[in-house]
Amino acid sequence: MSVTAPAVPHAPSERGWFQRNRMTLTPLLFLLPGVLFFAVYVVIPIFQSFQISLYEWDGLGEATYIGLGNYQELMTDRAFEVSIWNNVKWLVLYLLAIPAGLFIALFLNQTVVGIRLYKSLFFFPFVLSQVVVGLVFSWFYLPREGILNGVLAFFGLEPVNVLGDPTLATYGIIAAGLWPQTAYCMILYLTGLNAVDPEQIEAGRLDGAKGIRMLWYVVLPQLKPATFIAFVVTIIGALRSFDLISIMTNGGPFGSTRVLSFYMFEKALSEYGFRMGYGAAIAVVLFLIMLIFIGYFLWQMWQDEKEARR
Amino acid sequence: MRSIFTAGAAALAGTTMLAGMAFADAHSNLSGTLRITSDMSNPGPRAVMESLAAEFDEMHPDLEVDLTIVDREAWKTQIRNALSADPPDVVNWYAANRMTPYVDAGLFMDITDWWDAGDYEGLDSVRGAMTINDRQWGIPYTYYQWGVYYREDIFNELGLEEPETWEQEIANCQAILDSGRRCYTIGTKFLWTAGGWFDYINMRTNGFDFHMALGRGEVEWTDDRVRETFANWRQLIDMGAYIDDHQTYSWQEALPFMINGEATAYLMGNFAVDQLRNGGLTDDQLDFYQFPIITEGLPQGEDAPTDTFHVAAGAQNVDAARAFLAYVASPEVQTRINGPDGLGQLPVNANASIVDDEFLQQGFEMLSQNAQGGIAQFFDRDYPAEMASIAMEGFQEFMVFPDNLDDILNRLEQARQRIYSE
Repeated sequence: MSVTAPAVPHAPSERGWFQRNRMTLTPLLFLLPGVLFFAVYVVIPIFQSFQISLYEWDGLGEATYIGLGNYQELMTDRAFEVSIWNNVKWLVLYLLAIPAGLFIALFLNQTVVGIRLYKSLFFFPFVLSQVVVGLVFSWFYLPREGILNGVLAFFGLEPVNVLGDPTLATYGIIAAGLWPQTAYCMILYLTGLNAVDPEQIEAGRLDGAKGIRMLWYVVLPQLKPATFIAFVVTIIGALRSFDLISIMTNGGPFGSTRVLSFYMFEKALSEYGFRMGYGAAIAVVLFLIMLIFIGYFLWQMWQDEKEARR
Repeated sequence: MRSIFTAGAAALAGTTMLAGMAFADAHSNLSGTLRITSDMSNPGPRAVMESLAAEFDEMHPDLEVDLTIVDREAWKTQIRNALSADPPDVVNWYAANRMTPYVDAGLFMDITDWWDAGDYEGLDSVRGAMTINDRQWGIPYTYYQWGVYYREDIFNELGLEEPETWEQEIANCQAILDSGRRCYTIGTKFLWTAGGWFDYINMRTNGFDFHMALGRGEVEWTDDRVRETFANWRQLIDMGAYIDDHQTYSWQEALPFMINGEATAYLMGNFAVDQLRNGGLTDDQLDFYQFPIITEGLPQGEDAPTDTFHVAAGAQNVDAARAFLAYVASPEVQTRINGPDGLGQLPVNANASIVDDEFLQQGFEMLSQNAQGGIAQFFDRDYPAEMASIAMEGFQEFMVFPDNLDDILNRLEQARQRIYSE
């Protein structure tokens, strides 16, 4: 940062140290509260988690150092394996929210009477609390009274107990999560579509592009920023899936719907959990997985910045 | 007389003193603030706790009682923070193994001296449940029986009697199934209900002492005796005795099956009675029996979970806390708070009287005369927390996929080896 030279030269004695450095100091001072809070509530706890994960600690008594013991145990822990795989399922299937959101956004991006009402109705699930979404879906899936089984019965199909079946339960919860997430992606794309340049569409049309080709070669490249944000929020949403699981199955049946965040909570903080070290080790693994994505996001944003500055 | 005691009160504290005297004497010299944090957050218990605090406050003009009521479920995780930083004087918790983490961490006060001093006359039978390492860490204030609550009207319709042996139980169940109903309702979404079934079948198959030894980690989960318990359990599962999809329901969501008459019985704690009555069942339609005998000649063990009061190790006003505990345990208070307008459960003091309620009377009779095996707290209170949570998950899986038993037992055995070696 360059300090602008004053138009009229002063004698140095007239200006204090602060005056001389204020171009540097002012931004630092403005940054200070944010940096402080970020350090106290985010950065320092991350390193504390690393540290706690090397101990055997019940949260109350003395902590004993056990090195990588917790991580060794994780390697043989089947519940941990199940949780990781469920996290992968969440990550992959949750991404369906992006094309689904795009589709709905394209569908709603037209001018007919009452379109604002339709748009808000489609956006509605995102406004609901995750707890409410979870409750609604668990009623929807109820083995006897649920609408889902009512519909299946109408078509003469066997009833299914989605949340009671260990092979289906996770997919059932992801489907519930996709409902609000699709709405979120839709709103991102709707705003993105407003910024699409009509002249380029016109030019594309003159060149004979339409339908899928128009979408792929003309519209989508212009929606790239929206797609990036949709990707970021969806990945983050998938990794922090906790409330839905807690409400809909409580990790069950027999632990088949756990994900890392839920398992961490169970081991360290729930009614039967007294293993802070083990929980912290799970948290560290989850953090490392997130780090891959966070690293990619930061790198991507940095690239965009460079692009823009050029 | 009174003045002598007042003068000598401080000197006498901790020495032998009759509860009544300590009580009478306490009126005048308690001062400061007594801070109580309670988990009695449901409407009925909350009113009881508030009246206890108010009355104790009134009895001691110089003392101010400061009561905080925390949500019962939330308290299970909050108690740790509450006890470690600026602890209140008195807190609620549960008996038996559930106390262990706080005892080990030195957060509960050792009140063995107060027990020895006779503060809690009439509580001798429950002293064991408050004991860890031969010391006492709190006092109970209420408990309730577990057992089979069933639809008396359906039993009458089918001409069935309360079963006393496993064979009768199975025969009854077959008759119920033949009538197009299920024998038992249960909701295992939150796992602990399955723990109740294991408690009973294991205590009846192998006895109370074996059940406790398993809880202390002295027996392998792959032991043949444990397998026998599961084999007995499996008889019911294979018959289709339980309602379908129970892994999706909470215990409350399983109640309608019994209220509608789709299932005829529920192995539950006495707290279910209130809900069944609210659901529209009359006392003519409801009855209770003790879990039937499986192995002939074994003294019966029973589940009777006990709720407790403890003094925090960091309590500021220990004198007031002591007086409050003695007050809660006294026969008059016990009779009142467990009465029909209170908790509607069993009083812990032998000198207190029991509500005139069909189920509590039967339960009390069962626990005092027909539970020579011993009184257990409940699966997740007797077994170490981590073992309990892993095991109950296994029980739920067993109830849905009984063929997975070997895998489940190996898993539990692995967990046992790790948990108890620490």
